[in-house]
Amino acid sequence: MPVRITREDVPRMTAEGAVLIDTLPEGEYAEEHIAGAVNIPLKKLDRQTTAHLAKDDALIVYCYDTE
Amino acid sequence: MHDYVRGKADWAVHGLPLEGRTAGRRRAIDAARKDVPTCGPRERLGDVRERVRAAAHEMCVVVNERGIVLGRLRTKAWAGDPDAAVEDVMELGPPTARPDAFLHEVIERLRKVGSLLVTWYGSEEDGGRLVGVLFREDVERVLEENEQLPR
Repeated sequence: MPVRITREDVPRMTAEGAVLIDTLPEGEYAEEHIAGAVNIPLKKLDRQTTAHLAKDDALIVYCYDTE
Repeated sequence: MHDYVRGKADWAVHGLPLEGRTAGRRRAIDAARKDVPTCGPRERLGDVRERVRAAAHEMCVVVNERGIVLGRLRTKAWAGDPDAAVEDVMELGPPTARPDAFLHEVIERLRKVGSLLVTWYGSEEDGGRLVGVLFREDVERVLEENEQLPR
């Protein structure tokens, strides 16, 4: 179960090496995304598409607003 | 795995860095005036009218104790009984915009209604918390300055 984090956690965690993943479709990512985020659309998010990420890296996923 | 649940909308509303083709486009939060007077629903209309005039404004947003928008007072309301309670004369359901809405998308609405209350649902408990007020002339000026004004 993913751990919920807030806006304040993101810069601290990315400074510590966490990878920020934008799970929106490619087109939306190209339009606009959080600075420094990589794009892995939700439908493609799996072990294979995240295999290139270091095993020890913390991963942060986000989309537009899930609440 | 960590989930930044509030996501890109929350990030954009707080003016944090974005990248991409539209990242430079101005949003409602960039042009909203944050000094528009507010008042509570049970205040006396006459008292609020004096305060709003002293602040050189024509509008007052009615909010509850948590800053949640309940309505607004404008032109016609000021002619009302000064002893009336604000909640008895205020306009309900004023038009609103999200803080992260692009200005070039809201300008057409603004040309029809003149102003929009910018509200943000920061959490389930927050409701529509007032962030500021968008006025047509402010948005047109910002869009002109950024060469984004749709004709």
